[in-house]
Amino acid sequence: MILRGKTHMFGDNIDTDVIIPARYLTTIDPEELAKNCMEDIDPTFSGRVQQGDIMVAGYNFGCGSSREHAPIAIKGSGVSCVIARSFARIFYRNAINIGLPILECDDILDEMHAGDELEVDLSKGTILNKTTGRTYASEPFPEFMRQIIAAGGEIAYIKNKLRK
Amino acid sequence: MAMTMTQKILAAHAGKDSVKAGELITARLDLVLGNDITSPLAISEFEKIGAGKVFDNEKIALVPDHFCPNKDIKSAQQAKDVREFAKKYAIKNYFEVGQMGIEHALLPEKGLVTAGDVVIGADSHTCTYGALGAFSTGIGSTDMAAGMATGELWFKVPDAIKVILTGKPAKKVSGKDVILHLIGLIGVDGARYMSLEFTGDGIDALSMDDRFTIANMAIEAGAKNGIFPVDGKTLEYINAHSTKPHTVYAADTDAPYAQVVEIDLASLDYTVACPHLPSNTKTVKNLGDIKIDQVVIGSCTNGRIEDLRAAAEIMKGKKIAGGVRCIVFPATQKIYLQAIAEGLIQTMVEFGAAVSTPTCGPCLGGHMGILAKGEKCVATTNRNFIGRMGHIESEVYLASPAVAAASAITGKISAPEEVSK
Ligand code: SF4
Repeated sequence: MILRGKTHMFGDNIDTDVIIPARYLTTIDPEELAKNCMEDIDPTFSGRVQQGDIMVAGYNFGCGSSREHAPIAIKGSGVSCVIARSFARIFYRNAINIGLPILECDDILDEMHAGDELEVDLSKGTILNKTTGRTYASEPFPEFMRQIIAAGGEIAYIKNKLRK
Repeated sequence: MAMTMTQKILAAHAGKDSVKAGELITARLDLVLGNDITSPLAISEFEKIGAGKVFDNEKIALVPDHFCPNKDIKSAQQAKDVREFAKKYAIKNYFEVGQMGIEHALLPEKGLVTAGDVVIGADSHTCTYGALGAFSTGIGSTDMAAGMATGELWFKVPDAIKVILTGKPAKKVSGKDVILHLIGLIGVDGARYMSLEFTGDGIDALSMDDRFTIANMAIEAGAKNGIFPVDGKTLEYINAHSTKPHTVYAADTDAPYAQVVEIDLASLDYTVACPHLPSNTKTVKNLGDIKIDQVVIGSCTNGRIEDLRAAAEIMKGKKIAGGVRCIVFPATQKIYLQAIAEGLIQTMVEFGAAVSTPTCGPCLGGHMGILAKGEKCVATTNRNFIGRMGHIESEVYLASPAVAAASAITGKISAPEEVSK
């Protein structure tokens, strides 16, 4: 699967409270959650983000609470993929479980700017920055997680398993 | 093959003789937890699976604590959805307002977690039960749904950091100071994907409430879980609260650790985490003058009876500083009652504090004590992220109950000794 979009840049330790503040956790509707996504750190984000755009961040993205509303809000915003130097553990699981593609890539951040055009090949794990012409490789998912993603998320995966 | 304590529990629950770090396993679950924020999403995912029933109606706990008693119509609807789900599937451990408490204080108190258990909870502070020698970890709503349907979940076996505690804490230094100090040392992602395994003779000096506080904040160092060895104090707690059978696991002496950290408890001083990260720690002594508007004492981190005792002891016979608001929220109804019986609530109200029914309320900026622009708060909670307790330009300083109470008297962040006669 190939994803294309413009980058939105964020720093280290982007926590789930800034991805979607607790005061908005009275709904599970992705479109509703998307309206307030990233608002405490970048109030203009929800107005600027375009379908397919890609979030790029530093270390420990998604730290903090277990709220799955965080990856749902990001996905609901139209973001096609999150690339970070590293992800917090619960966010990592949640993103895979709801089918939000995420990639860990360490060296990408230093050479990237907001608004760069990226092309991400999920099956190969490669990232092409079309603005600078440089390509990067990311860590591929373990086979087991690829099965969950291929099934269309954890719920579909479990459904298949229970049917057997 | 030598294993850590966490690895042994996971191996047993995966039906394996041994496991090693990095291995992907499927483990049997002893308990699945959800609250009023995470359960509605889990319920909708659960229904999509179409299992028709939960794996075991006695091994699921649903605790409406975050926006409860309901703060508005939307949160009332979410709580109602959870209540109806509990009824539909005859969930035994559903705790209604009036009988509930903050989930991570409530579950051990109700005896629902015991040593050797594997527990998942759709709440990041599920790691609290490591104090009892259980493997417990936070997961998201979809994992909760999967757990409720199948009674098992996949895990990546974690590496571990061994934290050796030695000596005895001085003065009123508490479990909160220990964990804040550790997070300051290793950082908010210092234990990412790993277990924090506590060991050493310093543990003898820590009460169960101290250990709950320490395990509770393992997630603030990015850890998958935090875990304590089972000793006499643990068994005493378990026997007093639970009738469930327990199993005691201990790490092998030659278990592999990714890192070893040593902390001499005697060397610790009152520690505070400054905005906006739990790792941004300083001792109260090195903090300078920080004037505060609000003090919050409670939460799943520090809302237990010893925490209330520590705060009340300092408040006794004193008055709150002018211009400061102090909100106390006992973590469970049982703790609340105990605090009434001991006269702690009377002391706090006479001091000038507002005492609330158990709720997560102010801890996550939900209700019952939200901060306005520019306000500063000392809280015994566990997170001080931007906007965590209110306006994005408000500030949260994390501290122990003793420091929080002393600060309420002086109106600035203070050590307990500053207010004792
Ligand atoms: S008290 Fe705070 S940290 Fe604990 S469960 Fe409630 S919201 Fe989460």
